[in-house]
Amino acid sequence: MTAAESVQLVDPWVKAVDDGMTAAFGTLENTGDADVTLVSAQSSASSMVELHETVMTDGQMQMQQKDGGFVITAGRMREFAPGADHIMLMGVTQPLLPGDQVMITLTFSDGSSIEKAFEVKEFTGADEEYMGDLSDSGNE
Amino acid sequence: MPDDRATRPSHDGLSNQSGLSRRRLLAGAAAGLGAAGVGAAGGYALGAASVALPIEPTTTPNPVAFGDVAGIGSAVVSFFGDHQAGIELEPQAHSSFLAFTLTPAADRAGIRRMLRLITDDAARLTAGRPALADTEPELAVAPARLTVTVGFGPALVDRVDSSARPAWLAPLESFAIDRLEERWSGGDLLLEVASDDALAIAHASRMLVKDIRRYATLRWRQDGFRQAAGALTPGATQRNLFGQLDGTANSFLNSDEFARVVWGTRTGPEWLVGGTSYVLRRIAMNLNTWDELARDGREQAIGRRLDSGAPLTGTLEQDAPDFGALTALGLPVISPIAHIARARVADPTQRIFRRGYNYEFTSSTTVDAGLIFGAFQADPVAQFLPIQRRLAEVDLMNIWTTPIGSAVFAIPPGCAEGGFVGETLF
Repeated sequence: MTAAESVQLVDPWVKAVDDGMTAAFGTLENTGDADVTLVSAQSSASSMVELHETVMTDGQMQMQQKDGGFVITAGRMREFAPGADHIMLMGVTQPLLPGDQVMITLTFSDGSSIEKAFEVKEFTGADEEYMGDLSDSGNE
Repeated sequence: MPDDRATRPSHDGLSNQSGLSRRRLLAGAAAGLGAAGVGAAGGYALGAASVALPIEPTTTPNPVAFGDVAGIGSAVVSFFGDHQAGIELEPQAHSSFLAFTLTPAADRAGIRRMLRLITDDAARLTAGRPALADTEPELAVAPARLTVTVGFGPALVDRVDSSARPAWLAPLESFAIDRLEERWSGGDLLLEVASDDALAIAHASRMLVKDIRRYATLRWRQDGFRQAAGALTPGATQRNLFGQLDGTANSFLNSDEFARVVWGTRTGPEWLVGGTSYVLRRIAMNLNTWDELARDGREQAIGRRLDSGAPLTGTLEQDAPDFGALTALGLPVISPIAHIARARVADPTQRIFRRGYNYEFTSSTTVDAGLIFGAFQADPVAQFLPIQRRLAEVDLMNIWTTPIGSAVFAIPPGCAEGGFVGETLF
């Protein structure tokens, strides 16, 4: 059984943005018998997609790329949410309009992948700070 | 009277909806509350499919009890069906009517996106699940028969396909009794959000307004109330703030007559098959001058007894009025200018279905009270206007009532899971 076969994505959505950066969220459920690891994501809506985690640095929650990807233990689910782990879309060139859908492909460590439609929604919550010198966080 | 509280119309084929939905609701609620236990990282919709699996990283979910002693909070009305929900339904205790003005972003494609957003939010929230990206997911767990009913104003239909707009989808003609205010009139889009729990309405309304803000801005909002869930026998006629039973002439839910009056025969535009029209009028009721009227005068004005709602010529609420009956002095028992005499419909094609809500906002200086008059009918020109014209011409009740708002909406049919409300227009 491949990782793609044992994983379901529930409630996928992405934050609306005109250009630049945004983030995608949802819950990955692993109903299989083996742990799976999400190692990368791709989307035609964005030139670069990264898997990000939230870490506490100098008393502030900050986002950074997750080394080695995210493990979803067998029989568990992992949530991606604003202010927490998320899928980062950088280099968005076409506006992602509320009510549209964005296709994102999730690839696992065994090479299998799933492609899912993420609902685009307006969202202003969970103001994010990014590691490094990215001044525009993509928030309104 | 049929006991139709918290059940769906029989024609949607979901006769066992209540039990099924309750299980789904409680499962969804449990998942939502588990997610809340993640703390700052959590608080998101996990959906009904995700109930079985624990969340990682491993957390201890906050144990939050969800008691529903009276069976009211967990009651669910399915959003999906041939007809939209919230119409052929025993009215909920509260209803909020939100009318919107479309923004320039709401072109044909934008309206389609907006309707998809509304459908997704409404389908989840009415099932007792948080909306996607819901920042207050705990407010979704007790829908209490939450419904979201979507209506289209003239401009919305014109922007999608002006050739599809029925002639009746336009402001009503003006009547001499009207004192219409812009702040209660018109609108490109209507969302009626109703529930037996005002908190569920507040949450759903907030979610919907936020989610469609790129395409539509709030034009007006009217909040109304009836008696609490469980306060009256199901099917009982409600009272308005004058103390009158209001809506006695309505046809019964799930009756052939209701179907004929509201869903109509297939004469209108194809995209409205399974839909209807909605006339909303805000009727100010002058409680101060009504106070000055003795009980006998009040009964003369309406033509009915206040206690039973029976016509002055009968003993039971549903008795047919005898407009030919005379007093010992030879005068009509029911005045020819009493409300029921003027509103009477001899022509069975001129019937409407009313679903009204009271409003009252009293301050130290003013008494602002009245009725959010809502009438469903397949064709407002053929069914509603003849009645309204007669009442505007002469009706004793006009002394104490004044129309201050007016809007007409097309109510598209319902949709199936995977579709969206209004899809037939595209």
